[in-house]
Amino acid sequence: MAKSPLAAFWAVLQRDLRLAFRHRGELLNPPLFFLMVVSLYPLGVSPEPEILRTIAPGVIWIAALLAALFSLENLFKADFLDGTLEQLALSPHPLPLLAAGKVIAHWLISGLPMIILAPVLALLLTMSKDATLALVMTLALGTPLLSLIGAVGTALTVGLKRGGVLLTLLVLPLYIPVLIFATNAVTAATAGMPISGQLYFLGSLLVLAATLAPFSIAAAIRISLS
Amino acid sequence: MWAFLHKLASPKHFYRITGRWIPWLWVITLLFMVPGLYLGLWVAPPDYQQGDSFRIMYVHVPAAWMSLFIYVFMAVTGGIGLIWNMKMADIMAASSAPIGASFTFLALVTGAIWGKPMWGTWWVWDARLTSELILLFLYLGYIALQAAIEEPRTAARAAAILAIVGSVNIPIIHYSVEWWNTLHQGPTVTRMDKPAIHPSMLWPLLLMAAAFQVYFFTVLLMRARTELLWRERRARWVREMFGNSTRTPFSNTEKVVT
Repeated sequence: MAKSPLAAFWAVLQRDLRLAFRHRGELLNPPLFFLMVVSLYPLGVSPEPEILRTIAPGVIWIAALLAALFSLENLFKADFLDGTLEQLALSPHPLPLLAAGKVIAHWLISGLPMIILAPVLALLLTMSKDATLALVMTLALGTPLLSLIGAVGTALTVGLKRGGVLLTLLVLPLYIPVLIFATNAVTAATAGMPISGQLYFLGSLLVLAATLAPFSIAAAIRISLS
Repeated sequence: MWAFLHKLASPKHFYRITGRWIPWLWVITLLFMVPGLYLGLWVAPPDYQQGDSFRIMYVHVPAAWMSLFIYVFMAVTGGIGLIWNMKMADIMAASSAPIGASFTFLALVTGAIWGKPMWGTWWVWDARLTSELILLFLYLGYIALQAAIEEPRTAARAAAILAIVGSVNIPIIHYSVEWWNTLHQGPTVTRMDKPAIHPSMLWPLLLMAAAFQVYFFTVLLMRARTELLWRERRARWVREMFGNSTRTPFSNTEKVVT
């Protein structure tokens, strides 16, 4: 057993990453989903570059919200079913820290690929260079937020048989501030305006979520296990 | 005082005591609501810009206030249930959610009815309307989570966590939506010159707000009593009260094997 809480945190993080890399096929699913949702918009709305440029921030960000949401469903599910989650809750180390390890692993698996993929999508939607940079920055600040907030909802619904739709209902309203600030920053960058205000806001939301969410996740896990 | 509160926390006494309160609460509700409606609909002068259609405000504004109040109430009672393991607090939180959702819905509908003649459209993506809509989503999520978990204790605790997380988020959502709207489009439709409201218009509003508040507690207690009977349907005091030891008061839906 890991001796210090920090070692336990690393152990959880490494375990989740290792598990994800053992299922390489599944690893590709969130970014593929992200890519496909975005590429449907030119087909469904219009391939006109002007229109694409206008809707691009919203399209990419909504696709990111959905991709995060669908990948979240499996965050605690397997561990809940095979009893690992219960062992984590029983361990002497603080559960919020261990939950944070799982959330970070989830972000590395699902959030990071989206950030890497974003410039390609920006190219598809004919976004300008400034807008692309803004998109990458907002995704860098925003996707960890999506993982943190979403993990609370996932932890609450992990014990339920059909938690998927319910999770959407619980989590999407809480994602709205992220969506607003992120898309606003990208739109402002397209127009050549400064975006530091929006980025600061996203940053402060991230700090708030990073400090409070692990405790809510831990409380929710304990409730789901009871 | 403490002894009384302690008594109120026990299901049996809660049921007995609140049963006596409810008729009085109805009387108080009507005492506020009847003069409020009379002053608002007949006595208050028509608005110099909006004519008579402003009168829907006497339902709309208190409903919107209640929609926020009840969410906070839900988070607080949920938190009490979570921390002190109080069954009555769970029941209060669970019973207030549908009422809160109804008030939110009422505020949205009355807003739309008012918006049609005033703005010429049922819906605009105005900041306040949008955050009220999101509040409705939060209520529906809370109700859905509560309904999805069968064990009442677990359901109450999970829903309490959600309500607390939601109440931290409500101010953030509200201000971000406000900010989003002001950046996207200038306040063209929503900004009306707001003159200080005249007392003849203000009094009915305050009366209606008080009426809605008391009405909420009246309906809440009625719902809580029903919920209590359902959860305690196997308890002896419920069976004794209904004078039948083999069947519960809800014998249509479920038979208890004794």
